[in-house]
This record gives sequence, structure tokens and C-alpha cells, in this order.
Amino acid sequence: MVAPDSSKNLKVNLAGLSKNEYRGAATTLCAGCGHNSIANQIIAACYELNVVPEELIKFSGIGCSSKSPTYFLNRSFGFNSLHGRMPSVATGAMFGDSSLRTLAVSGDGDTSNIGLSQFKHSMRRNPPMVYIVENNGVYGLTKGQFSATAEHGLTLKYQGENPYMPIDIVLEALASNATFVARSFAGDSKQVKELIKAALSHNGLAILDIVSPCVTFNNRDDARHSYAWSKEHEEALHDFSFVPQEDEIILEGEFDEGDTRTVKMHDGSTVLLKKLARDYDPTDRFKAMRVIEEANQNDILLTGLIYVDPDRPSLLDIHQLPEKALNRTTEKELRPSKKSLDLVNARMF
Amino acid sequence: MATVEAKTKKDAANSKPIVNDFSFTVATMNGSGSQTSNLTLLRALFKMGIPVSGKNLFPSNIQGLPTWYTIRVNKNGYTARCESTEIVVAMNIDTFVQDLAQVAPGGAFYYADHLKFAIDRDDISTYPIPAKDLVKESGAPAALRDYVANMAYVGVLAHMLNIEMDKIKLALDFHFGGKQKAIDLNLGVIEAAAAWAAENLVKTDPYSVAPMDGTEGLIMADGNTAAALGSIYGGVQFLAWYPITPASSLAEGVITNIAEFRDDPKTGKKNYAIVQAEDELAAIGMAVGAGWAGLRSMTSTSGPGISLMTEFAGLAYYSETPVVIWDVVRVGPSTGMPTRTSQGDLSMVYFLGHGDTQNLILLPGSTAECFEFGWKAFDLAERIQTPVFVLSDLDLGMNQWMTTPFEYPDTPMDRGKVLWEEDLDKFPERWGRYLDIDGDGIPYRTVLGNRHPKSAWFARGTGHDEYAAYTEKPDDWEKNMARLVKKFNTARQYVPKPEIITTKGAKTGIIAFGSTTPAIMEARDSLAAEGLKTDFLRLRALPFTNEVAKFVEKHDRVYVVEMNRDGQLHQLLTLEYSPHSEKMVSLTKHDGLPLSAQWVAEAVMAKEQK
Repeated sequence: MVAPDSSKNLKVNLAGLSKNEYRGAATTLCAGCGHNSIANQIIAACYELNVVPEELIKFSGIGCSSKSPTYFLNRSFGFNSLHGRMPSVATGAMFGDSSLRTLAVSGDGDTSNIGLSQFKHSMRRNPPMVYIVENNGVYGLTKGQFSATAEHGLTLKYQGENPYMPIDIVLEALASNATFVARSFAGDSKQVKELIKAALSHNGLAILDIVSPCVTFNNRDDARHSYAWSKEHEEALHDFSFVPQEDEIILEGEFDEGDTRTVKMHDGSTVLLKKLARDYDPTDRFKAMRVIEEANQNDILLTGLIYVDPDRPSLLDIHQLPEKALNRTTEKELRPSKKSLDLVNARMF
Repeated sequence: MATVEAKTKKDAANSKPIVNDFSFTVATMNGSGSQTSNLTLLRALFKMGIPVSGKNLFPSNIQGLPTWYTIRVNKNGYTARCESTEIVVAMNIDTFVQDLAQVAPGGAFYYADHLKFAIDRDDISTYPIPAKDLVKESGAPAALRDYVANMAYVGVLAHMLNIEMDKIKLALDFHFGGKQKAIDLNLGVIEAAAAWAAENLVKTDPYSVAPMDGTEGLIMADGNTAAALGSIYGGVQFLAWYPITPASSLAEGVITNIAEFRDDPKTGKKNYAIVQAEDELAAIGMAVGAGWAGLRSMTSTSGPGISLMTEFAGLAYYSETPVVIWDVVRVGPSTGMPTRTSQGDLSMVYFLGHGDTQNLILLPGSTAECFEFGWKAFDLAERIQTPVFVLSDLDLGMNQWMTTPFEYPDTPMDRGKVLWEEDLDKFPERWGRYLDIDGDGIPYRTVLGNRHPKSAWFARGTGHDEYAAYTEKPDDWEKNMARLVKKFNTARQYVPKPEIITTKGAKTGIIAFGSTTPAIMEARDSLAAEGLKTDFLRLRALPFTNEVAKFVEKHDRVYVVEMNRDGQLHQLLTLEYSPHSEKMVSLTKHDGLPLSAQWVAEAVMAKEQK
């Protein structure tokens, strides 16, 4: 049911769609907002992965970040739900048709303040879903209050100094047995895009904590979620590339195996981690927590694929769903027979 | 209700026998296994053909606090709770004194003989039960003795009241699912106790039972199990829930029963999913997500859970998402009395959600109706595209009730206005998610997984126009809200109509709903005996339908009877029918106990005499 792009001059992907077919409405966020660049990378990742828009569902909570699903994939079903409650809505909805991919966008307030419970509990269940946290340490729509990811001592115009300790979304995810945990920076477009691609291929919950500076309320050069600080302090764990299943042949010979690690994703694709400063094994959860803790202590914004467990069953696997979409099940399949009710009544006392 | 005159113990033996018309109360500690004993008595009486009801008055506690179980047998079929209790079985040291005081004059008091209290009443019959000795003598293994000790009173009562032993066996067989070892263990104690009573007790009270044919064609069930089964026959596809008394057994009823009907026998695949959520916020969030995705989706909870679900209820109302929410009501506000019954959530649920919100509510009045509304709620939610609440209560949900057998749905499933790929191809005009094409306020919807390139839309709780696009335009907002009112009015033709029971020449009406029905029905008989004829409208849904308006108009005076403090149904009725507000009289009781007919009749007569 894919409608091929009518404008003949446009380049199309393997799904027969031009990049335009992946766009959304014009953004209403501030010029220079990190969220816009992430939206663009979602568009690019879906285009490059040949995702059919009708085969992806998008979700968000409430906040600046949560407005952004209208800025990409106009042809996808979406639900802009309640503040902090996106994970539950997405969890219920994905049972409607388990053949679809799910991508959700949240913010630091939406996830680590009001939504911390649903964020943590969603990791217990491992729903197959890309969960992007556009993290800027500040409330935007309500004009510049601290969020729970704001660093201790951060000074904001109307709030003064933050007296509280921050929540680290990556550490929370690791502690909660998330099966895919990554950190990135909105200014690092290529890494963001490749991580989104890998996350879309993950059969489980993929947490992407992306520092996405708020140019209006929290972008002073010394602030942890600013462009300047992040650029200055970003250290990539590896040069990260996603290799879809169909391109796997390219892997042979092109890379020096001593310099790279590969992780085989559940759908047959591969992530390729080219060694930079260190040799990092993203399947070791204990080391992952350690490396993040050390980075935090040393003022380093450590980015890349921090942890992955590609093989743990997803929520939908656990529920043993049939191949046919549940929301196409017919009355005949759903309503037990009249005869069976006689047995039920006979069984009652 | 037979009146019992005060009698002394001496002449009690000569009094006229009272058969199949009394209440008895068993006082135990919770967690002592008494529930099995009480249900065995209840079921045995039912199988003897005697109309019977059982009410468990229990504390919010696991073990060690007092609990009472009241069984009423009544040859006329009255099943409401009685204010008086003619027989008391005292097994709990902590409540012995008050239990003794509770026995109606001329009644009988059975007590575990290890409870050493002076019995200072001579107007009742008293019988000791050597529960500990009987259990020991029955040969029950020492480790299990505590669990079966309460079977001793079953055996003693069986002998003293003439409860048939073969019916007790049937009840045990049912309770233990045919597990012979458990049946034998319990039956051993019961038979030993009955034999002991035959040898040692002389009956001096008038109360006993005799077989009759008052339960033929009926079954026994609790409302939560009935609701669970009804949901399964309604094709439930998604259930998210969080444990809460008194609603947990509803979700657990679905979990226990659904696999048999819905798992693919060959592949083991399940065309449904059940998730225990981390809280009620997540439970309804998941249910709303699944409802939006086109699944028959539900959650079940009680008052505190409903409070947490408020924001989502508003989202579901405004985004027009079908979802079914069972509220098995308990006493609030706050944690309140979690194990006591109430009808106190009516107005909260009717308007649940901030801003202008109105919700559809179904009001089951029997366990059979819990089954019926179990499936009907999905049809209504998908037809109207809105949350549908079903208000049961603790009494209806957790107690065993005699009921007519569950009836198979008499209408095919109504999946509402859903467009799939081929429907969109044929659709005569540009489709808009919130476009009122048919003039009934109900738009057409598409659900995820639809591969048509024009199928997708973006659901949101923010202001939206007919094409689901974001808007803050004043006219768009008002137009959409007006359409929601229109839709709500359309729903009036789909909700279950009230049940109306009339008496020739009655000028007085009674309006009530839910679990108070047996008390109202019985009270109407006693009011008629006192010369007051009444008609009865049993409300089965909100919003009100025309039948309610006509009923109010027709009667000179209308009593609105309900179990809450503020007369919430009375308030809604006076809002809706303000010209008639003067003739609607509110009668409320909110003590956490199931309503009694005596209270209803007295409350009505008190107003009549004014």
C-alpha cells in the first residue's frame, strides 16, 4: 500500500519513497533548538533504512521535545499523550499490530521528573521501541525551570542556583536492565543518525539520551547541556556505524578487525564500533556503569553505544502474539461460542 | 421478614418452628480459613433450593482481625442484608461479647468452647462447639488442624439446622475442584462435628432449614468473576491493571479464564495481552494506547485508582479513544474503608476529567448483569469512541450471589466506525478524524497498522480541528466541544434502558441502581403491606434516557435511594430534571454495609409521615 512518490525527479529509497515522504510539519521550536536537528536525523535514518512510514508509530509525552513528532513522518500514526506517561500509551498501542516499529520522543522533564516511574518500569518489560530523551536540563514550555537532569550548581536566570543532585538517564537505564543504552549529542549529527538506525533495529527498548541544548534557557557556555560545553567535552567511545543486513557483505575486508568490534543485532543487521581512544565492549553492563560514572566525575560527555543486549526477549515476544495483527482479529476469533457459555454456566455452582 | 418475639430459653423449645427465614452470622478472625467454611454453608443451602445470600464483612488485613460472614436464608427470595441476626456463631475471642449481644431474642448462640466467657443472656439458646477436640479427633494432621478448625461449626450447624450432608459434599467438591484429599480432610471434621452435635446438643431454638425449589435454574457467582467472563465474551484483547481491593479479582478472573477460550490450541499463541502495570496511571495509559490502536481494551480498579486515572480519562474523552474502565466501588474519600461497599464514585466518574467532561456509565444491578455489561461495554465504547465506565461495588463484586445464568450476547460485536484500507479507497470525501459526516457527532476513525497512505493521523490531547491538526482557534475549539455534546446525546440511544417495575395505582416512585436492588425490592413489599404502593426504576446507565424523564414526570414523589453521603444520583437527577426537583427526595446511607430493606422502608415511611 506504499504510494510511490509522484515527483519523478526526486531520488527514492528502496521503499520507493523520497525523503520528502518522511517529513512532517514545519517546526515551531526555537531556531537553533537541538530537537530540530534530532528530528532531521530521525527523518534521515528512516529514509536510509527504507522504513515505510505507515509501518512505524510515533509517540511523545508533553513538553518541547514531545511536540517534535509532528515535525517528522507525517504519514505515520502518532500519539502525543500525557506528561510523563508516554511509555504506557506506547506499550498498550504496540499490541495493536506487532509488525510495526515504535519510536518515541521524550524530554528530560517528561522522563526524569514526572515520568521517572514509567521510564523505569518500561525497561523491566522491554517493549520494542526507540525511546529518545532530548535532554537539555531545563523546562522550556514553562520558561526555564530546572529539570531533574540539571547539574548541581547550575544557575538559571529566574531560578537561581540548582541545589539538588542530578539524575543521570543513562545510569538509570543501566540500573534498570535496559537492553540498549546510548548517549549522544544533538550537534553530532552522524552519530545521532547511526544510533537511531541501530535503535530501530533493536528488538527491545532502546534508550537514547541525547544532549539537545536549549538555546533560549540553558545554553551558557559552562552549562552541562550547552552546545559549547558539549562540543568541548564530548568524547566518543567509538566511531559508530550501523550496517543494515543487506549491506553486510561490505563488512568483509573493509575494516581492520583489530580496530573494530561488531555487535549482531536481532534482525540480522550489525553495528560496527571502530576503536578510538579505548577498546570498549558494549555488552558488559558492569563496565558500562563504571565508564559512565568515571566520565561524569571527569567532566566528560561520553557518547556512543554504551550497552546492548540484543537477545533478551521483548515485551511482544513474551506475550506470544499471533502473526496476524491483533487489531485485525475478527469477532469469530474473539468471541467464544454459544456452546462454551453453557459449559461456563454449568461450571458455576 | 418474620418477627421474632423475645422468648426465654425455657419456652423456646416449644415455640413454632421457623423454617427458611432467618439470618446467621459467623464471627471469626480473618486468615483463619473461615471463608471456605462459610462458602460451604452458603452453597449447601443453595443446593437445597433455599434462596440464600452471603455477605462477607471483612477488615483490610491479612490475618488476625475480626471478620463476620452473614448468611440469610429466605423462602420468599429476599437476599438483601438483614439488620437482625437470629443465629450467631462465635469463633473469635476478640468479639465474643459483642457477638453475644448481637443475637436476636429467641435466637441461638453457638460458640467455640475454648473461649471462656460468662454467657449472661437467658433469652436465647446457647450451644458450645468443641472445635479443637473435634478437629483432633477427626484425625486431621496436626499441621493442617488450624485450617480445618472452622469446619467444626459447619458440622454442628448442619445437624442443628438440618442442612443436608450430601449438599455439603457437593459444596466441598466444588470448592476444592474435586481434590479428594482436601475434600476428605474437611468432610472428616464436618461429619465428626455433626455426629457430636447429634449426641450432645438438644435443640431449643426454632430455626431450621428445609429443602424447597427456590433456586432452580439459578447459579451462584460473584460480580467480579461474572464481569471477567463477560469481558471475555466481549472479546477483550487488552487488559492492564493494578492490584486494588475490591477490584483485583476482576482482572484475576480474566487471567484465570481467558486462556481456555482464546489461546490457539495448536500454536499456543494468544490473541490478547494482560499486563499488570506499575500503578493505575500506567494501567489506564496502556489501556488507552491499546484502545487507540483498535483493540478491545479495559482496566479495572476502585476509587483511589479512578482518582489517579483522571487525567487519562480526560485524554480518552477528548481524543475519542474507546476504553472500558471498571470501578468496583469501595468507601472513600481517601483510603477510606477499603473492604466496605459504597456507591460514592458516581458523580466523580460521570464528570471524570478536568474541563468539560462527561462520561458514559453502566450500572449493573446483578451478577448476571455484570456479565452482560462485561461485553456490552466494549460495543458501547467502540460505537461512541469514548471511555465507558462500569460501576460495580464491593458487595456485588466480591460476594456470592444467586443469579440467572449468564446469557450469550444477543447482538453481534459492534466495532464502530473504523475505516480500513479498502474503506478509505471507497470513502466519498476527504476523511478527517474528527469530521462529523453522519450528523450524529460520531466521526470515523482509522487505527495503526492501516497501510493506506492517507490513513494516518496524530492523536493529541491538545486542541485539534476536524482533521486532527493542532489548533487554538476559538471557533475550532467550541465547534469540537459542541460536537462532543452531540455525540454524548447520541449515546443516549445506545446505553441500556432502565428496568421499570410498576404496581397498579402507585403514585410514588423509587429510583436506585446497582447492588441496592434486592433491598429496594424487599422494601417495596413491606411498604405495600403498610399501604404504600411504589413503582421502581432501576437505573442501568448514565446519561439518562427518556424513560427516566417519563418516570419522574409520572410520579407525585420520587425517592432516590443510594449508598453515599451526598445523594449523588439525586444531584444528577435534579440537575437534569430541575423543574421536578421538588418532588425528588434523597435517601442515603453510607455506613459501608450493604443496604437493608428495613432501612429503606423506614427511611421512606419517615418521609411519608412528614
